[in-house]
Amino acid sequence: MDLSILQNSIAPLTLNDLFSNFWAYTITGLALGAIYALVALGYTMVYGVLQLINFAHSEVFMYGTFATAWVAVFVHGTKSVSQSLGNTIGLLALCMVVAMATSALVALLVERLAYRPLIKRGSPKLVILISAIGASFSLAEIMGLRDRIMGWFGLEDKLHNYVSQARNVYSSPVTVDPHKVFDFFGYGVTDVDLLVIGAALAMMFALDIFVRRTRLGRGIRSVAQDPETALLMGVNSTRVIRTTFLIGGLMAGAAATLYMLRIGTTRQDAGFLIGVKAFTAAVMGGIGNLRGALVGGLLLGVMENWGSAVFGTQWRDVVTFVLLVAILLVRPTGILGESLGKARA
Amino acid sequence: MSTTAPASARSSRGLGRPLQVQLPPFLRSRSARFLMVALGILVAYALPLLQPPFITTPASDFGGVMVTAGSYALVAVGLNIVIGYAGLLDLGYVGFYATGAYTTGVLTSQHAHWPFFLVLPLALVVTTVSGLLLGAPAIRVRGDYLAIVTLGFGEIITQVAKNTPWLGKAAGIKNIPPPPSIGPDEIGTDQDGIFQIPHLSWNGLVPSIDDAHKTPFLTFGVLDAIPYYWLILTIIIVVLIADILIKDSRVGRAWEATREDEDAAELMGVPTFRYKLLAFATGAAIGGVAGSMLAAGQGGFISPDVFPLQLSMLFVAAVLIGGAGNRWGALAGGVLVAYLPERFRTLSDWRLLIFGLSLMVIVTFRPQGILPPRRTRRALRAQAEIEEIEGDTVDA
Amino acid sequence: MPDTPTAPDSRKALLEVDDVTIRFGGVSALDSVSFDIKQGEILGLIGPNGAGKTTCFNVMTGVYQATSGQIRFDGKPLAKMKRYRITKLGIARTFQNIRLFKSMTALENVLVGADAQSKVGMFNALFRTPLHRRTEAESVEEAYRLLEFVGVGGKADELAENLSYGDQRRLEIARAMATKPKLLCLDEPAAGFNPAEKKRLMELIRKVRDDGYTVLLIEHDMRLVMGVTDRVVVLEFGRKIAEGSPAEIRDNPAVIAAYLGVDEEDAS
Repeated sequence: MDLSILQNSIAPLTLNDLFSNFWAYTITGLALGAIYALVALGYTMVYGVLQLINFAHSEVFMYGTFATAWVAVFVHGTKSVSQSLGNTIGLLALCMVVAMATSALVALLVERLAYRPLIKRGSPKLVILISAIGASFSLAEIMGLRDRIMGWFGLEDKLHNYVSQARNVYSSPVTVDPHKVFDFFGYGVTDVDLLVIGAALAMMFALDIFVRRTRLGRGIRSVAQDPETALLMGVNSTRVIRTTFLIGGLMAGAAATLYMLRIGTTRQDAGFLIGVKAFTAAVMGGIGNLRGALVGGLLLGVMENWGSAVFGTQWRDVVTFVLLVAILLVRPTGILGESLGKARA
Repeated sequence: MSTTAPASARSSRGLGRPLQVQLPPFLRSRSARFLMVALGILVAYALPLLQPPFITTPASDFGGVMVTAGSYALVAVGLNIVIGYAGLLDLGYVGFYATGAYTTGVLTSQHAHWPFFLVLPLALVVTTVSGLLLGAPAIRVRGDYLAIVTLGFGEIITQVAKNTPWLGKAAGIKNIPPPPSIGPDEIGTDQDGIFQIPHLSWNGLVPSIDDAHKTPFLTFGVLDAIPYYWLILTIIIVVLIADILIKDSRVGRAWEATREDEDAAELMGVPTFRYKLLAFATGAAIGGVAGSMLAAGQGGFISPDVFPLQLSMLFVAAVLIGGAGNRWGALAGGVLVAYLPERFRTLSDWRLLIFGLSLMVIVTFRPQGILPPRRTRRALRAQAEIEEIEGDTVDA
Repeated sequence: MPDTPTAPDSRKALLEVDDVTIRFGGVSALDSVSFDIKQGEILGLIGPNGAGKTTCFNVMTGVYQATSGQIRFDGKPLAKMKRYRITKLGIARTFQNIRLFKSMTALENVLVGADAQSKVGMFNALFRTPLHRRTEAESVEEAYRLLEFVGVGGKADELAENLSYGDQRRLEIARAMATKPKLLCLDEPAAGFNPAEKKRLMELIRKVRDDGYTVLLIEHDMRLVMGVTDRVVVLEFGRKIAEGSPAEIRDNPAVIAAYLGVDEEDAS
């Protein structure tokens, strides 16, 4: 066997690219990471309260991306158009509201159908995880079969713009033209970058206040720390759990709109990759820890960008998977360690 | 198992018989059971030749469907050892399937041209080693994290295959030769193979010999899937025998005890880590063999697209729906998962949705699957017997 | 099977607890505890709730690591040894809240214990080597014998979860004995038993000792402890407050004070 083939197949490490475009990679990485952080909240909160891996959260996100695209199609039709951020802000706000509502709805549906019956029965965690996996695949497939499903109701033609060719990539017709706002060490920071990072930070800030200051938020923290005592203290665990899923869904919906702002396309299996990355972020920051989700998300976004610069873009996703495996094996408690309650073994 | 034991303690059920059905008395003798098993095996080999009316798949080549069913059944039996016996939720099993397939592809087509029956055991070795390497760190982590770690590993393997030129990248590996044939290799002619076996064709419920369709013994060509099926079936039988032998020993007991209560098992002297790793590696080995068969199968082509994450989930669904912990359940699950979408072609597009929903339903309403492990059935039977006895005495 | 015991004081120490301290967070669950278990005796470990009996038990069986001090078994220190190795070395235990392998039969539960000393593995099983067949036959025979010994002989093929409470406790003892231990540790084996069953248990424990095993017993029931043990160690708040024969312990003022408030029935 010719060993030179082996040598050439391992992509040459190019540190040059990373150094010369360092801030570009880093700041766009932060923007990417902000999206991961928002989605990571859904994983980290559910794990903090229920010690469950919310496997179906990836589809909660995915439905949000479609909601965003559908709103854009509804308002603009299917013709592609490119606008500045200033002109699009109204549409974006509308998309975000609809996406957040959609994702929240899907999240509540998942909680009600896939988790609650098993939680009430006291099923082992692994069994609930399997149900979650089933829910995840079912939701993804339903989106991928939407043309057929709408066909049953005879709506396939009427909803043609929204459901046809369900297995294909679905694009939002509206693309935003980013404008440079200021210069940062050679990288032109764009308005889109600022919006994404800013919106994510604002949401997390709001959530932090909610968890610390409101009654419901305290309820969530107490159930996360000690479910039995919380019950004795009169905390309604069903409502707490429902609220947890609701918040996770809202955050994922917001993330979905920001994702569509940056990427512009989606598909029924788009949730999986983002889901894995967000889960990695959640674990990296310390599962169950809200601030950890932010730290983990931003860190992951940046590391993913650096990785793709050094190893080549085709290895981008492998970086995440390797990080995921490494974290779970080496330091499953994550960077910030502590949690909403505690990540119980 | 015949042992000398105090008469008071010994019971008629004994130890370690895998499947017990209530048979009429004349069929209960050992020789009768042996004959039935032999007959069953014969029917299994003959099935694609027989083309039985309601079972055969009109829209696709029945032989080809049987090959897929056989592969999935083999995979399910292997995965059952990991999930059902040892209790380790492995969501990345497709990685081992791919490892076996790619090892075979690389050694018989891409970078060398070694003979299949040398490559098959090599693929097994490579996959087992990868199972040990991946399992050793993964098993230390608890249940749900283990699931995600194995998921990660599975994806890493597929991504590596997709991005490494040496492994063919996205284009995959082509021209993988089939296993060697016995007899003249005159495909498509009357001289193919040592002899040819005609199929059966049916007019309603009336069979007749179909001389137009014959399967050669034993050439592996592009036209006929049935010899591949025979090879897979043979491997399945060997694996099942090994499974029976291993499960009914201290290894099987160690696995069960570990799955039931790992800490208690450890305190009873079971080196749980070692046995979990053994289960993981054994499962990996079987997956690798199945993958190897896939590569050398009809078409001789593999690519990363053949090994998506969804396939891992499908495998897990097959084991769980069939009944985790029961090798026959896993077998049935694997066959069902492959066969049903082909038999009911309209189902094919809905396959993943149906299995996703089935997972949720099974786990909520019948977590033990279609064929629960022998334990639960034994308990049910014991219960039935007790009720019978009580029924008699109450009326008296 | 282990040797039959000789005269009490000349017996060697099978297990030595040497100045053992365990701290969880800031709390000392055990504080400089020292005592020996002599070969062939039945030693009782008692104390009011929270005294540290279970913690001590867990340290001795390798479940917890001592913060300082040492446990020596047969002269060998146990520190950092893997749990299953400790079992192979000769320490076996039962559990306070019964941890049988529920979906396995009684016979299979005991077989798992017997497997602890087995030298065969997957290869032998696969090829059904003579060594495998012989080991299996011996294990099965020993398992049946132990089931009879503890009194569950007729229920060998019952699922463990279907056995009565008393039978389950007895089965746990059989399973522990199957590992061929030198020291058998019983964690509250009489919990939930009525007086008749307790009497049966006492006879069983004596039978176990007479068969050559050394027994360590945690129990709350004073009558049982006084009736079956050779010596008693008393813990309170993680410290050893007394050690001696049952009669000495019963009259020990420190022990009485520690148990003040305990039911008449249990203390008599």
